[in-house]
Parts: sequence; structure tokens; C-alpha cells
Amino acid sequence: MVTAEVAEAVPAQTPEDRFEAVIAAEQRIEPRDWMPDAYRATLIRQIAQHAHSEIIGMQPEGNWLTRAPSLRRKAILLAKAQDEAGHGLYLYAAAETLGVDRAELTEKLISGRQKYSSIFNYPTLTFADVGVIGWLVDGAAICNQVPLCRCSYGPYARAMVRICKEESFHQRQGFELLMTLMRGTEAQRRMVQDAVDRWWWPSLMMFGPPDADSPNTARSMAWRIKRHSNDELRQRFVDMTVPQAEHLGVTLPDPELRWNEERGGWDFGEPDWSELTRVIHGQGPCNTQRIERRRTAHEDGAWVREAAVAHAAKRAAEHAAAAAAAEQHTEQENGK
Amino acid sequence: MTESPAAPHAESPAEHKAEHKAGSKADSRACWPLYEVFVRPRRGLNHVHVGSLHASDDRMALLAARDLYTRRNEGVSLWVVRSDAITASTPDERDPFFEPSGDKVYRHPTFYDIPEDVPHI
Repeated sequence: MVTAEVAEAVPAQTPEDRFEAVIAAEQRIEPRDWMPDAYRATLIRQIAQHAHSEIIGMQPEGNWLTRAPSLRRKAILLAKAQDEAGHGLYLYAAAETLGVDRAELTEKLISGRQKYSSIFNYPTLTFADVGVIGWLVDGAAICNQVPLCRCSYGPYARAMVRICKEESFHQRQGFELLMTLMRGTEAQRRMVQDAVDRWWWPSLMMFGPPDADSPNTARSMAWRIKRHSNDELRQRFVDMTVPQAEHLGVTLPDPELRWNEERGGWDFGEPDWSELTRVIHGQGPCNTQRIERRRTAHEDGAWVREAAVAHAAKRAAEHAAAAAAAEQHTEQENGK
Repeated sequence: MTESPAAPHAESPAEHKAEHKAGSKADSRACWPLYEVFVRPRRGLNHVHVGSLHASDDRMALLAARDLYTRRNEGVSLWVVRSDAITASTPDERDPFFEPSGDKVYRHPTFYDIPEDVPHI
């Protein structure tokens, strides 16, 4: 048999070999390929956490939707929140290709068994926070996400391509918002500085713990899920952001921030890692509120989901009845 | 970061489907079936698979696909297809399945030696 010969011509390949070869060749793993259980589990955890972050991420800014200072800002903010919802859905769809169900992931989020980004557990106290979130939080997200466009798992990489394209709007609207405020009154400038002071360190924490405390990084990098370590990405973010802060005319709240000529990057202080641990473990300022809100939205939406199913069933029955009637009519015609 | 609509690694919707069939406890799947979404980016191009979504019926799938996949003029036409209506080849039989095209080099123009001085061929 020709096919058998062809298969044997290749030196006996195990599924593991094929998986490793695809990774090594910088090709993509696709949904039904064999993959190690730990690879699948890592991806499900990471993609789900990412999806949850997008969904929970609508809340801090959503806080300002009804109080945006102009129709223009309101329309922009609304479009941004819609994007976050869209990003969540792309990511849930990517996670589903790994054999989990979106409803199951939502359940895990609501019951606290799966996490989302620690950054969304901080409150948005003024409208300047909306600008700073776009600039710093979405800026940090872009740093994290651009390398994920080359992630070894195809559906995740493709979702990230789509997301990154849209994320750029988020960052730019934030920066523009802040530029506008900085051209305003002294009080408005103070408002921006206050927001920067509050969001700077949490933004740095978005990249996760320092490399020494990030035990799974090496494996994720070997699998080409991750392309850069947490500290590398954090450094990249600081280097990108410092000149932007200068342009804006705000001070980043880090006395240790200084240019390091030798390595061509900015030296910066150590974030308070105990704060990150606290926030991750549920003791951030808004953890309870965020999850409660998500749960309420999910439960309040139950009747809509049920109604949609009832409507679909009713329409399907109508179609079936119409089709049966048409068939009967044809039979009668033919019988004449 | 752009992904060409004709990206060679465009996801096979049926692979998606097969994955989705693999065991799950939740019942939302039965209630809101999975749809694959195809977008024609502009006239003259094929519809290309862009992703998937859950919807209660075809109409809702189309509306949701518009909101989810064409927020920035990404398309002029949309198809939504129930994922369970797609039939796909399986990765296990990949090699034998595509074998018939492997040994027919004469299907390629470079198989034929034509003298250099023959014009327009």
C-alpha cells in the first residue's frame, strides 16, 4: 500500500516528535493536532485568563460611560468597551478550540477558580483615569500582546493579531485624552498627575512577577507560547513609556527612574510585589465588586438567553410546519 | 500587525467543530450552537474564515458576526455556517489523504523542459 510506505519512509515519528518538530520549525499547532496535556492545560488557563481580563476590563472604564464630558468622548469610550467585549469573545472562541466550553469558563470566573489581570481590581476615580488606562494599561497590554501574535497555538495567535490591531486605537485615544487635559486648567493637570501616580506601579505589575519568581516562564518559552520573559517585557514598556511621559509633561512616580547609558535602557525601581500578591489573592480594592458585577450581569441575562432559545425553537417549528405543508401541497398537485 | 485574508494557516472551521464536539459538561452548546464566520473583505476576494461565535439561530449569528467581526469595515459580505454542518478531513489521515497529489509532478509547469529561446511560454 502506497500510503503505508510513505508513512514508513519517515523515521518512526511519535506524536511528540511531530509536535516538537512543528514548534521547532516555527509553524503553528492547530486545534486537532496532538499536543501534550500540559501544553493544552497551559493554553486553556492563559487564554481563559486573558479572555476574563477583557470582559472584566470593561468595568473600570464603563464606570465613566454615563459621565463622559462630551458626546465625542462618550462615543469613543463606548466603542472601546465594545472592543473589549469583542476581544473577550475572540479569546473565548480560541479557548473553545482546546475543548473547553465558554459557559464553563464563565462559571470558573464567577466562582473565582480562574483569574483575570490584577490591574482591573483598581478603581477609576476620575475621568483622567480613562486616559491613563488607555495610555498605560493598554500600552502595557500591547507590549504583552504583540509577541503573542507569534504564539505557537494558531487560534490564539490569530485572535491576538485581531486584538492588537484594535488595541492601538485604545492607547491613542487615551494619550490624546491626556494631552487635552494637560492643555487645560491647573486642576486638570493635577488630575492627570494623580491618575498617573495611582496607575503607574499597577501597570508595571501587569507583566507578572519577576523572572526569578515565574516558574512556568521557561516552559512556556520553550513551547513558544511566550516569546519574552516578564522582566524583558516590563523593561520594554518602561523604555517606551518614559519619553511619552516627558512629552505629556507628567512625572512617573519612581525616584529611581534614570537612563542607563551602559545598557541603553531606563533603570527603574522595584514594584511592591506584596501588593501584587495581595491583589491577585482577592484583596485588591475592587476584587469583590468586579466579580459581583460580572455575576449579576450573567444572572440578569439568563432570561434573554432563554428567550432567544425559545424564539429559535418557535421559528424552527414554524419553518418545519411550512415545509411540511408545502410538501403536502406538492403531493396533492402531483396526485391530480 | 496585519494578517492577510488569504493567510495559509486560516483555521479550518471543521477542526474547530471537531474540537467542540469533544466532551463537555456544559449545556450552553446544545442551546446556542456554534457558528463559523466567513467574511468577504472586499469585492473580488473570497470569503475567508475569521472565527466563530455562539448564537441561538442563523439570524442572530449573522447579526452577532457583524458586531463581532466587522466593527471596522472589515467586510462587504458575511457567511455564517453551523459548525456541525461542516465536513472536514482529519489530521490523522493527513498524509494519506493528500497523497494523490504528491506524485504527480507533471501537473506543474516546471515539469516540462522548453528551450530558452522559445518566446512567451
